[in-house]
Amino acid sequence: MLTPDDIEALTLTLKLAAVSTVILLLLGTPLAWWLAHTRWRAKFLIESVIALPLVLPPTVLGFYLLLALGPNGIAGGSTLAFTFFGLVVGSVIYSLPFVVQPLQDAFINVGRRPLEIAATLRTSPIRAFFSVAIPLARPGFITAAILGFAHTLGEFGVVLMIGGNIPGKTRVASIAIYDHVESLEYAQAHILAAVLLVISFVMLVAVFILNRRFRTVRL
Amino acid sequence: MSIELRFDFQQGGFSTKLELELASNGITAIFGPSGSGKTSLLRAIAGLDHHQGSFVSVSGIIWQDGNHFVPVHKRPLGVVFQQASLFSHLDIMENIEFGRKQAGLPMGNNETSSIIEMLDLRNLLHRRPANLSGGELQRVALARALTVEPELLLLDEPLASLDEKRKNEILPYLETLHRESKIPILYVTHSLNEVSRLADQMVVLEGGEVVASGTVVELFSRMDLVMGQDDQASTLVDTEVVKHDDRFGLSTLVCSGGDFTVAKFDAAIGSVARLRVFARDVSVTLSRQMDTSIQNIFDVKIVDFKPQGTAHVLVSLDFSGQALFARLTQKSFSELDLNPGKKVFAQVKSVALVA
Repeated sequence: MLTPDDIEALTLTLKLAAVSTVILLLLGTPLAWWLAHTRWRAKFLIESVIALPLVLPPTVLGFYLLLALGPNGIAGGSTLAFTFFGLVVGSVIYSLPFVVQPLQDAFINVGRRPLEIAATLRTSPIRAFFSVAIPLARPGFITAAILGFAHTLGEFGVVLMIGGNIPGKTRVASIAIYDHVESLEYAQAHILAAVLLVISFVMLVAVFILNRRFRTVRL
Repeated sequence: MSIELRFDFQQGGFSTKLELELASNGITAIFGPSGSGKTSLLRAIAGLDHHQGSFVSVSGIIWQDGNHFVPVHKRPLGVVFQQASLFSHLDIMENIEFGRKQAGLPMGNNETSSIIEMLDLRNLLHRRPANLSGGELQRVALARALTVEPELLLLDEPLASLDEKRKNEILPYLETLHRESKIPILYVTHSLNEVSRLADQMVVLEGGEVVASGTVVELFSRMDLVMGQDDQASTLVDTEVVKHDDRFGLSTLVCSGGDFTVAKFDAAIGSVARLRVFARDVSVTLSRQMDTSIQNIFDVKIVDFKPQGTAHVLVSLDFSGQALFARLTQKSFSELDLNPGKKVFAQVKSVALVA
């Protein structure tokens, strides 16, 4: 069965995924909205930066984050490296495309017309955003939240680089599996891996059921 | 109080430059071919597009001038686009009351109920937009625009995306709206049929400029405008219903130029009926024909004429201030020796009752 250490790693993983998803949605929504509506010609530069984690080895991302977040980093001697919140920062960057892209697609799909109609019905832009754009973009939010969560669950390289392997603080499930395999504890690795597999599968099934039409992340 | 507009802007390769003062009641049709700037004009009036240097004033309130621009959501207007674009996440009643809710107006009021009655939406209120037909969706869109108590209603080709059958389903509702509405309505369309059935005033646009504006009856009678071209050439005659004859199934309508006898239709004595008389249904005789099956014959005077194609000539006729067009062959025009000023008889083979 799951050892207390494994349970601790799983709990930490779920907590990391939950916190990161909330932050991703809060950051990703305005960013996706802006990308969906801006006429700025160079917006592809921003889109490329957001898409980078899709192609970059996580260790590269983790390495730069380590430099940035460490005691001598550009973040002004922050002490985020090797802490839970350091992991959150890493996860947010690492999973950003999985949240921004579905949201951007959803907002483009909603289009300007419903917002124009809302404006002709005494609705201020802010209220139209909440009462029209967000409800109409619901499939995008479901996809974004679930992909963001699932992708953070599976994070390994970034965590290894900036979080290390501190039980209860930065030792997430994927690291725990790696440890078990290193120590030839295949039975333990199996259980933990199966738990992650089932969680991920169930969440993707949920996306399919809730949205029917599932738009994958594009590159 | 009326609607005053001044625009001078470029958009998407088209330019719009016009100055207009529009009636503060009834329906004003904004008519023109595609690319003539009708929709741009409507969007500019609504404030959906912001063009510097424009001027919009409605009922004495300035919506836009050099100094300020009232945002769309603060303008007391209602808009219906070609596509109904209902909010798919809301049911029909929620759609209808959306604007009231946003504006903080009381819900479930009598006006809303009567709008729902007028547009026959009672049975649809708890349905979802996805389950409605195109015509029903457009009626809901109209109700949604009306419930916010607009002071100006803007309709942008509201029937253009519907097939003929659906159009004919909605037109009666628009006619009812026309009768009952106390606010000015601007109706963008490229359909002369809709203009003849609904509008009181019209503005003809071409290339972003006003070619003509005035009453619909007056503009239809002008040979130089598009309405006076080809086989659509027709005039409108506003008449009053004076008699129904059950024996022959006929109704008599009177206008300043004389009586029209038409197939009996359902209308109260004294009510107004508008006839559309196509030039192709009017012929001219030098003497009054007695042995003819044609019921509607009028004493008229030739006002003007204009060749149409190689074989035809369009003749405009006046009967006591009312205008008629007759489409004749050039051969008969010349054989009958017709000229402006000449008094002749116009035989009207058929008329269309448009409103």
